[in-house]
Amino acid sequence: MTALQATALALVALGGTGVVITREPLRQAMVAGVFGILLAVLFFLFQAPDVALSQIGVGSVALPLMILLALSRIHTDEDGDG
Amino acid sequence: MSRRARLALFLPAALVLAVGLLWSFADLPPFGHYSGIYGIVLGHVAVAQREATNVVSAVTFDYRGVDTLGEEFILFAAAVGSAILLRAQRGEDAAGAAAERSDRRADVVARPVRALGAALVAPTIVLGAYIIAHGQLTPGGGFQGGVILASAAVLVYASGQYLAVRVVRGVAPIEIADALGAAGFALIAVGGLVFGLAALHNFLGYGISGSLFSAGIIPLANVAVGVEVAGGVTLIVAEFLDQALMRRRSG
Amino acid sequence: MSVFPYIVAGWLLLVGLWGIVTSRHLVHLVICLSVMQSSTYVLLLAVGYRHGAKAPIFADIPSGTQVVDPVVQALTLTDVVVEATVAALLLALAVQAQKRFGTVDPDELGALRG
Repeated sequence: MTALQATALALVALGGTGVVITREPLRQAMVAGVFGILLAVLFFLFQAPDVALSQIGVGSVALPLMILLALSRIHTDEDGDG
Repeated sequence: MSRRARLALFLPAALVLAVGLLWSFADLPPFGHYSGIYGIVLGHVAVAQREATNVVSAVTFDYRGVDTLGEEFILFAAAVGSAILLRAQRGEDAAGAAAERSDRRADVVARPVRALGAALVAPTIVLGAYIIAHGQLTPGGGFQGGVILASAAVLVYASGQYLAVRVVRGVAPIEIADALGAAGFALIAVGGLVFGLAALHNFLGYGISGSLFSAGIIPLANVAVGVEVAGGVTLIVAEFLDQALMRRRSG
Repeated sequence: MSVFPYIVAGWLLLVGLWGIVTSRHLVHLVICLSVMQSSTYVLLLAVGYRHGAKAPIFADIPSGTQVVDPVVQALTLTDVVVEATVAALLLALAVQAQKRFGTVDPDELGALRG
């Protein structure tokens, strides 16, 4: 295993932990975006460019966006009639 | 169940799971010493057999096309399910004028941001189409390109032109794209039967590897999946957007 | 060190599961589930990796070059995209829960149902 791969793996493990222990969902959406990018880097280092491309699109754009929109809806519900 | 009880139940279970995982990892081939026959054989024969230089695409849409067909319908069902769930709430909310809301939003977004967003829409669409079209040659394909195309739709919104998204959406075109993509891939799968072969048989000429029209049905399948993924993700985002904006408007 | 990637995959699975069990917010729960799912990606790609092998794209490498396993990559790349739409479905359910019950705390939801 190259040093680069080991570093990326360690960062992914830390990132995943970070996503889980961030309890506030709004902040968590951001951390999840960073975690998605870390995963994409790891996939590149595992010689999987196809998967990395998929992961970049989903992890950094689609998933955080959906989370933010869902949260926005839930928060306005909380503020409103509930 | 109380939180304490749940945690008390989880910790021993997690411990057992961790030990089981460690035990199984010990018997896996050590990292970097992959010995699966299937993958090694495919690495050797795929280019010669299918004229596709991207072996991953060849596996996704040809050798293991059945798996992808299943995955694709999961995606379709999930997109339709989210749309139904979110729409069920639409009727419950007081109906309001969406156009009025979008006008207000247009004022909120700074003009340079809107200009930049609008300028990026076209290149993003080109990039998505490029990634889909070259799926059998270089890294990329319908799944990746579809997500990029969907993010172009998001850019349209980010540049403050929610009105445009509504017009483009008009609900129908995106849904039709989603359904057409799903149906397209299924039709390609059935195509093999039409020609007296097995389902998902690669029934088109393979062409010359490295050219845009090579590898038989793989580019077609890429386009079908690309259209479906783009339609599905855009549909979901548009429905969420509708929800988020509607509440703020009435609230 | 030859099992380190597998350990990372196992860790992601367990930490995601812990997050789900202790979650106080349905959206947080969905994101923890996506962390769990990423453990399968890491495991699959790690199993298919070969030292010194290239990516299975023969666009610019001579045929016959050693490549990593394309099968696990095909499995993973489709699942990454499908997982996102499934997460969207779960988020839509969370939005519904807030609408119907006025809370997104799984504990309170359980209490409501009695």
